[in-house]
Amino acid sequence: MAKLLKNRELLLVVAIAVLLAIIALRFPAFVAPSNLARVYNDTSILVILALGQMAVILTRCIDLSMAANLALCGMVAAMLNNFFPGLPIPLIIFAAMALGGFLGAINGTLVWKLNIPPIVVTLGTLTIYRGLIFVLTNGKWINAHEMSDPFKALPRLVVAGMPVLSWLSFLMIALMFLVIGRTPLGRAFYAVGGNPHAAVYTGIDVGRTRFFAYCLSGTLAGLSGYLWVSRYAVAYVDIAAGFELDIIAACVIGGISIAGGIGSVAGAVLGALFLGVIKNALPVIDISPFAQLAISGTVIIIAVAVNARAERRKGRVILKKAEAV
Amino acid sequence: MDPLLLQDTTTSRMKPAIALEGISKSFPGVRALSDVSLALYPGSVTALVGENGAGKSTLVKILTGIYQPDAGAIRLADRETTFPTALAASRAGVTAIHQETVLFDELSVAENIFLGHAPRNRFGLIDWKKLNADAKTLLNRAGADFDPTIRLRDLGIAKKHLVAIARALSVDARVVIMDEPTAALSHKEIHELYALIERLKANGKAILFISHKFDEIFRIADRYTVFRDGAMIGEGLIADVSQDDLVRMMVGRAVGSVYPKKEVAIGQPVLTVSGYRHPTEFEDINFELRRGEILGFYGLVGAGRSEFMQSLIGITRPSAGAVKLDGEVLVIRSPAEAIRAGIVYVPEERGRQGAIIGMPIFQNITLPSLSQTSRSGFLRLAQEFALAREYTSRLDLRAASLDQDVGTLSGGNQQKVVIAKWLATRPKVIILDEPTKGIDIGSKAAVHAFMSELAAQGLSVIMVSSEIPEIMGMSDRVIVMREGRVAGRFERSELTAEKLVRAAAGIETQAGGGAA
Repeated sequence: MAKLLKNRELLLVVAIAVLLAIIALRFPAFVAPSNLARVYNDTSILVILALGQMAVILTRCIDLSMAANLALCGMVAAMLNNFFPGLPIPLIIFAAMALGGFLGAINGTLVWKLNIPPIVVTLGTLTIYRGLIFVLTNGKWINAHEMSDPFKALPRLVVAGMPVLSWLSFLMIALMFLVIGRTPLGRAFYAVGGNPHAAVYTGIDVGRTRFFAYCLSGTLAGLSGYLWVSRYAVAYVDIAAGFELDIIAACVIGGISIAGGIGSVAGAVLGALFLGVIKNALPVIDISPFAQLAISGTVIIIAVAVNARAERRKGRVILKKAEAV
Repeated sequence: MDPLLLQDTTTSRMKPAIALEGISKSFPGVRALSDVSLALYPGSVTALVGENGAGKSTLVKILTGIYQPDAGAIRLADRETTFPTALAASRAGVTAIHQETVLFDELSVAENIFLGHAPRNRFGLIDWKKLNADAKTLLNRAGADFDPTIRLRDLGIAKKHLVAIARALSVDARVVIMDEPTAALSHKEIHELYALIERLKANGKAILFISHKFDEIFRIADRYTVFRDGAMIGEGLIADVSQDDLVRMMVGRAVGSVYPKKEVAIGQPVLTVSGYRHPTEFEDINFELRRGEILGFYGLVGAGRSEFMQSLIGITRPSAGAVKLDGEVLVIRSPAEAIRAGIVYVPEERGRQGAIIGMPIFQNITLPSLSQTSRSGFLRLAQEFALAREYTSRLDLRAASLDQDVGTLSGGNQQKVVIAKWLATRPKVIILDEPTKGIDIGSKAAVHAFMSELAAQGLSVIMVSSEIPEIMGMSDRVIVMREGRVAGRFERSELTAEKLVRAAAGIETQAGGGAA
């Protein structure tokens, strides 16, 4: 049992199952497969964003600008669609991802070349990207009737029983599994976050690795921008305001160490799902939105405490072994 | 007179300010101090002399309450006491002035002096007027005349030492420990420090002076204590010994026999370094490294050996210098380029610069070799495991699984992982910086045996080490560095411990280092 509890991913699966079981006691309909699929679909964007954030956190950095990046790319996608209704949707998605990647590259360049602390860089660009939306639109909204039908329909389109939104998140999870687990770049993320000094000696360029992590998080934010705007069929300055904290929370709950170097794709996904289940269940149980915020916050602190305890316990094991030598 | 048997008469009637008796301290796998004694007398400077690893810093940490001894007693003015915390030692009047001062850059000089015991006014708030006035007085007593309200970070290192000394005066320290206080000082500043030490002596302070520089020791110390391999070898009055006596006590032991150095036919030059210099760290480094050779780099800590090696592999850039590898000119701009060319560096600080804790063993090992083990941009875990298995078995690594976290291994096994990591890149030149520092004796022997094996297979090895037995036991040739320059070159046949110590410490005598 102690060994099982050490596996954070498994622990999270158990936590989510327990959570669902408690909810099911009073609202059996919540755990119906169709509803669970709906809850997943609702969490898809958070999953995609958490994957990007994870890459950045692994390198001992943080990206506070993801939600602002999402909002700016979403707005640009909506404007493209508004001005050129004939533009193919894949091209719009590509443009949103390219813009997101570029905005991420700005973060990465500032962290890499100017050596500014990541939290300061992304706090700054967060404000700049939000401000740019206002500059672009003068504060105007783009509403559902100003968007073309294919633009709005794609995320909801059901393919093989699941909406495209869910499928896209599956695709991103699979891609991140490959990048993180099967490429030298993914390995470098862990090395840079785990021990930047040692990484330098092994020939890894720490700054460049962080730059690529930011490009990745930016690109995923760009994709999420399109998905968000088309799904909710509205774009304005403040969409996804404050969502950066949910993204980071999902990573933290998922066992991604804020100190870098520790974490997994499965953890990020499960962390996002845990948060998604809570957010979807609380209104069902009829808890006020304010209490919902407090509960979400409590869960985050509990998760961090559990992770911190797990790491401390690991430290003691090392000492005992060292003594035994 | 034999200094080992020296009976000290002049101070025997005086009571020591602090005395350590029969102190022992062990760490996992290492016995750092065994049954050592040390007495410090009021108004007297005692020099603590010994090679790196002799146990000097462990002793200082016991004196300042950072470590607890396993056995033995601390006597403070004839009363037995313990220092369970650093605060307890400081309350008892023991202060240490370290090589790098441990002060707060962003606070003012006066705040630094009185941190933790600032004078209060009747409301319980800090009495700034008194604080600054008292600080001024203390600074004057320490021989400093700068304004106590300026921020510490605006001061040079020498003046920071004065602040540390003023702080020692402010807590009315009875015992002042100076751990290589002159390491970062200029010539003029060192003389100011001497004057200050004289004043502290006149004030009746007991001073422990740790230094590798013999001229300083003979200039300032009244007494000496020599440590070797965690044991006290001798003590007495400086007036009764010569430099040669001290050097002999420091190094005197049989070496060579326990080292598994193989006789290897030395081949063609592999690496040629000429005219390497850096604006602040080193200059005029020239040498040739041949196939199958182990070239030792000896020197005191801070002699610029690691800094030169880091510049050689492209972490820092030299201001001038050329490198040839196998006769071809090589420009190394980054560690990645050095690795590709076949020059690898195993850094000194295993924890900070070596293993990546939290990563499995096999991933640590393959990190610099991923271009070999991956295909078309994707990692192949089977190849990684195979590579890791090959090198860990050659190094006799003891681990349950290659999938386990490096952090769960002992220090010696972690070191093997780090060495395996570099060997797996199949280098031509391997630079080992303090390869056996802080690891247990069994692992040391394995590392030495393997180093010998590597040279026998035609690899060229540069070994940076501050341990004389290791340097003498393993090297074909030795370059001694002192203060950023080459201070001596020795062939294996002409190596003696005394020559090495003399060259490293800059003792000017008949037996210096001839050019090789």
